[in-house]
Amino acid sequence: MTTPAWYKIGLVTDIPKRGARCLNTPLGRVAVFRTADDRVFAMEDRCPHKGGPLSQGIVHDRSVTCPLHNAVISLESGEMKGPDEGTVKTFAIRIDAQSQTIEISFDAVAAEPFVEAAE
Amino acid sequence: MQKLVVIGAGMASGRVLEHLFETDAQAYEVTLFNAEPRGNYNRIMLSPVLSGEKSYAEIVTHDDDWYAEHKVTCRFGEKVLSVDRTRKVVVGEKGEVPYDKLIIATGSTPFIVPVEGRDLPGVIAYRDLDDTNTMIEASGKPGTQAVVIGGGLLGLEAAAGLRLRGMEVTVVHLSGHLMERQLDEAAGYLLRKDLERRGINVVTRGSTQRIVGTDKVEGVELADGTVLPASLVVMAVGIRPSVQIAKEAGLDVGRAITVDAQMQTSDPDIYAVGECVEFEGTLFGLVAPLYEQAKVLAKALLGEADTFVVKELSTKLKVTGCDLFSAGDFAEAEGREEIVLRDPTQGVYRRLVIENDRLVGAVMYGDTGDANWFFDLMKNKTPVAEMRETLIFGQSYQGGAPLDPMAAVAALPDDAEICGCNGVCKGKITSTINEKGLTSLDDVRAHTKASSSCGTCTGLVEQLMALTLGGAFNPNAVKPMCGCTDLGHGDVRRLIRAKELKSIPEVMQELEWKTSCGCAKCRPALNYYLISDWPGEYQDDKQSRFINERVHANIQKDGTYSVVPRMWGGMTSAKELRAIADVVEKFDIPSVKCTGGARIDMLGVKKEDLPAVWADLNAAGMVSGAAYGKALRTVKSCVGSDWCRFGTQDSTGLGMRIEKFMWGSWTPGKVKMAVSGCPRNCAEATCKDVGVICTEAGYEIHFAGAAGLDIKGTEILTQVKTEDEAFEMIVALVQLYREQGHYLERIYKWLKRVGMDSIKEAIVENAEKRRHYFERFAESQDIYRRDPWAERATGGVASHEFKPMADITFKEAAE
Repeated sequence: MTTPAWYKIGLVTDIPKRGARCLNTPLGRVAVFRTADDRVFAMEDRCPHKGGPLSQGIVHDRSVTCPLHNAVISLESGEMKGPDEGTVKTFAIRIDAQSQTIEISFDAVAAEPFVEAAE
Repeated sequence: MQKLVVIGAGMASGRVLEHLFETDAQAYEVTLFNAEPRGNYNRIMLSPVLSGEKSYAEIVTHDDDWYAEHKVTCRFGEKVLSVDRTRKVVVGEKGEVPYDKLIIATGSTPFIVPVEGRDLPGVIAYRDLDDTNTMIEASGKPGTQAVVIGGGLLGLEAAAGLRLRGMEVTVVHLSGHLMERQLDEAAGYLLRKDLERRGINVVTRGSTQRIVGTDKVEGVELADGTVLPASLVVMAVGIRPSVQIAKEAGLDVGRAITVDAQMQTSDPDIYAVGECVEFEGTLFGLVAPLYEQAKVLAKALLGEADTFVVKELSTKLKVTGCDLFSAGDFAEAEGREEIVLRDPTQGVYRRLVIENDRLVGAVMYGDTGDANWFFDLMKNKTPVAEMRETLIFGQSYQGGAPLDPMAAVAALPDDAEICGCNGVCKGKITSTINEKGLTSLDDVRAHTKASSSCGTCTGLVEQLMALTLGGAFNPNAVKPMCGCTDLGHGDVRRLIRAKELKSIPEVMQELEWKTSCGCAKCRPALNYYLISDWPGEYQDDKQSRFINERVHANIQKDGTYSVVPRMWGGMTSAKELRAIADVVEKFDIPSVKCTGGARIDMLGVKKEDLPAVWADLNAAGMVSGAAYGKALRTVKSCVGSDWCRFGTQDSTGLGMRIEKFMWGSWTPGKVKMAVSGCPRNCAEATCKDVGVICTEAGYEIHFAGAAGLDIKGTEILTQVKTEDEAFEMIVALVQLYREQGHYLERIYKWLKRVGMDSIKEAIVENAEKRRHYFERFAESQDIYRRDPWAERATGGVASHEFKPMADITFKEAAE
């Protein structure tokens, strides 16, 4: 695959502020988070600690706290915070500024900017 | 074949022979002299023989067959008169025996206190089987009295044995406490108490003046004039090495026969072993070093090199039921530190003495389970700095619930689980605290996970921290709510009211939160405080609630949920049960189980099925049981006066009334209640957050029980005559807790923090205040008492929770 594939998943407003929604994907469940400042992040819905569904956790700053055992994971890097070690696979997200449509890519580098319009 | 002569068939020489024959049975032709008319037996087991726990036959180490098998010429019952070193012969009463090598193992003789009357019949030492038999015989006469002079190891074993044989026994001991060479005062005191409990009379600082009697012993007179009547007097004040033969033979003798590290005396063909030797100034009386000597000596005889070194010694008292252990040097001295653990309720005392980072002495009483471990540390000279703080707790913990929680935690072994949720053991916590230099509970949670889940082990973890950190840990310091603020829960609650802060962003702004939007600890707490303080005004922030309270079900380890509908007071009906059964089948719910709160739990429900499950349960009239919330959980009840022949009041009715009024309320921690219809307390009300015990006279209102990791009986708030009074009292009490409790602080911890007086003052003593709290609760219920299931099942609330945002297949790429 030469150019990354992008998939529309919905609008920013579909996700509650400081909340998350899930995506069913061929790669498994993916959690999509929306922070208090309307940034959107996506990562595997699976805590590196005991596999807890991160989408069910409490979102604070750019982090989520796993509902099972309170592991804190950075939404930006997917890394566990504090003394724990472990990383959650993150996925690239871009948002159309006009329509507020969110797109996800499973092969783009996570750092890719989302300024580009989808179409 | 060389000729080996051994003088003395005791435990040490016996062991020499064993090693010798094992290694090279053909090396020596052995002649064995013994003054006692018998061979080697296990002398240290004489105490059990005396007490009747063992027979002589059981303690024989080498019997006739053994000597025959190894072709040992036994000269038992024959005294050795002298050793002629120039002719290399041993002169016995019945003739001479030539030797190539000689072992002197003459042991020791008991020390007899040089007082008047010491030669009277009935005055004996405690040394060999004959002494033991004399004691057994004397004890055969009922009601006879014995005095044991000497409260050391041997004397106490004699005393205990005689007591077990039915004699009245008094121990007279010169020193201020028993076994002063092995025990310190505290352990000596415990030992004395134990012995006295067994009916042994103990006189300390007792100096024997003379032994009274004409033809036979009649008593012991002490220096203070006391006369202790006795028909048997056992002298057990000490032993002296038997060195006469060696001395007369011209060998070097100090306090005992001087030997080198190969057990050789000043004559290269003569060795000595056992209690009769002195090595580097040390004498030996316990069996372990004697066995070491025996091993070295056997090798020396076979020309192999080995070296005897003095090791730490330990002592255990062989009195059934008296658990004591002592080892090493435990005197106080410059540069020594000691660690002491006392548990008076269990009769446990431990003292460790540390010098230069090494354990040099240990005294244990009551629980000697870790004796070997401590002894190993001493023997191996293991550095103890790393385990310094937990050292005294040893490796094992034996049952019981000591009153002092610190002692209980202290006594836990390192592999004891502290945090059941995360499977974290004590050793992990204490070692992490030490290794990482942790000082706060949050740090410990972050690094070990302990206490980071249900939090019920927080107290234990704090105790461990206090134990580990000593003065460096101050649990009373204001604990910040979390890393986002320096304020504690109490301050935050106070400021929310004082500054009339009515939203989470307001609180964070005004109270200078250090993070932009809090964390998973402070947000749920703030959300609760605002709900509690500003009912109706504050908009519940669902994103600040833990998932269980957000979706009104309990998340399970696999991400599925469990659903528990209310069963008012534990009552149910065919209709409800049928609805539950139908739901279970319809949604293919894998597990159904009864909870501890008298209701039914359906486990393994898929999140997307939750609204439909709720709709079906709602249709049968059931509402959320709030089994997931910091909220009113269950009100267990017994059948009370409805059915029970003992029931005094309508406990079921009261339970249902409370639950129907209070359900849906949010509380700082979960609230579990119960109502029992009589003091038999079938609803187990006395371990609940709030409980009622009905009596003929009315209602006893209990609260602040705990039955989780902490177990605590309730305390009685008050007694009232009518159900209405009980009802108002309970509601007001819970409201007071709602207003004062720190988030996640259960009622018993709240009570501990604020004190019973303040609660009674507000709820019991002041009817106006009580009414006021009751009304505030009722107001709040107008807003919050609604079924969260119904709102979601049919009301469309939070629908985003239960549907995926999108289903992606790779074919539908945007481009």
